[in-house]
Amino acid sequence: MKTPLRAIIGFIGPSIILLLIFMLIPIVVSLVISFTDFDVYAIYDWGRASFIGFENYVNLMQDPLFWRALLNTLYALVVAMPLTVVLALSFATLINREATYFKNFFKVSFYLPSITNTVAIAIVWAWMLNPDYGLINWFLGLFGIQGPNWLGDPIWAMPSVIMLVVWKAVGYNIILFTAGLQNIPDYLYEAAELDGASRFQQFLHVTIPSLRPTIFFVTVMTVIGYLQLFEEPYMLTAGGPLNSTLSIVLYLYRQGFRFFKLGYASSIAFMLFLMIFALTYMQMSARRSEV
Amino acid sequence: MRSRKVSPIEQVAVHGLLIIWLLISVIPFVWMVSTSFKGPGEIFIFPPRWIPRNPTFNNYIDLFQEMNFGRPFLNSVLVSLSTTFLSVLIATMAGYGFAKFHFKNKNLLFLFILGTIMVPGQITMIPVFLLLSRLNLLNTYWGLILPAIANAFNIFFMRQYIMGVPDELIEAAKIDGAHEGWIFFRIILPLARPAMAAITIFTFTGSWNNFLWPLIIATDESMYTLPVAVSVLGGQYTENIAMQMAGSVIVILPLIIVFLFTQRYFIKGITFTGMKG
Repeated sequence: MKTPLRAIIGFIGPSIILLLIFMLIPIVVSLVISFTDFDVYAIYDWGRASFIGFENYVNLMQDPLFWRALLNTLYALVVAMPLTVVLALSFATLINREATYFKNFFKVSFYLPSITNTVAIAIVWAWMLNPDYGLINWFLGLFGIQGPNWLGDPIWAMPSVIMLVVWKAVGYNIILFTAGLQNIPDYLYEAAELDGASRFQQFLHVTIPSLRPTIFFVTVMTVIGYLQLFEEPYMLTAGGPLNSTLSIVLYLYRQGFRFFKLGYASSIAFMLFLMIFALTYMQMSARRSEV
Repeated sequence: MRSRKVSPIEQVAVHGLLIIWLLISVIPFVWMVSTSFKGPGEIFIFPPRWIPRNPTFNNYIDLFQEMNFGRPFLNSVLVSLSTTFLSVLIATMAGYGFAKFHFKNKNLLFLFILGTIMVPGQITMIPVFLLLSRLNLLNTYWGLILPAIANAFNIFFMRQYIMGVPDELIEAAKIDGAHEGWIFFRIILPLARPAMAAITIFTFTGSWNNFLWPLIIATDESMYTLPVAVSVLGGQYTENIAMQMAGSVIVILPLIIVFLFTQRYFIKGITFTGMKG
């Protein structure tokens, strides 16, 4: 029983056409542009752009700011990802206990940062991180700790960005983890208990292995998301001080839409794409070899 | 169910930890709202004052009168609602097609769509910007709406859900002579409502919070969406903290209200994603 072509075109057509125009063709075009010297003059007259082979990529490899952005982004990723996963899994485990009160209230409250507009809340964080009047240094002062000049100090700026990123991400992942925890059958725990496993051992040998798929999903999505770090450093520090919070996407935005070097920016975009692809692929093959 | 005696010490410790994270989650919002009602004299008081002594609405009034925040607010409402409506509509249609139609290469085509979920938005940004500039759609509503309508995740989500609709229902309708359109409106739409509610909320949230796109597409002040207007406010008026906080409240509060009313669908939707992911 084949579906009439009219129905197929009518129902699936709009999505396919829009995805082609705004997703698939642009990927190819982006690759093409990355081999040209497309700049601000070419925007009004595309004929002014010419092919320059791999020149953008060669320049990129010799661009100290690109390496800076790459290292900064990886720094954020390496610190923020484990923090996010560990915090989210810990709180999900606490919420999921039978004896925990107000489960839904906690879940919903923890999720608030995740739906919040990053730009707007970053302004609030910038104010809380203010070295003289900020809430955070006031709080540290209660314990006699002299808080740093968070956003003004190249050493502390990236940790500030990471704080905001993790604060926003934990709640969403708590929900994913609680869903995963609820799917673990009770008899596994009962069996472990009969074998005399302590609760910590149960967590290690029952919970963690059963949660493998969820942990995998969370880490893959988190890596993809954190590699695209942009709004937090854009708002908190604009990439400063001394480029200490310059991220790959922030650098791409600067090159592409401040200086309108669209050819160069496209080569940055492609490098990012390759990195995301490579890291995702590595995680997938690591998972396959485990099974 | 497992039931075990839980020691009171453990209960206190667990709830203590949860309350600490609750405070960390919520305090920035409380601080934002509190500061937004402070007058110029009260911002730089140390130690910080949680409740303004002379609360004032002036920051909000200034925001709409001097900064013309009404325009970006309306822009955001219009763009988010249009994007969401169109996106949910075509995703539900395509989801139905991929779940229930029979044609050659259906699954291959679907894998193709699924692949686009993995593509970071930054890579398509530059070509789409050029396309929109060629079509004279920069600084227009269509320029803000069009690129966001086709959403591979939404199509995937709807397909997974509609696959659960029993084939017998559809076959029975077909025997009675119903065509695909009738089936879609009479059988699929009523049954797919919970999934549509979930993607409606996700898409609206995503659109409302979208920043990088409008930053590039809407360079004209009259076309700013709320996040862009707030980012400009955050960059310009560094001395007027209270007004910045008021601006943040205007962006954040509507979405929190929507969320509190719809959190059931939110949590269900995320859970569903995690299961299928």
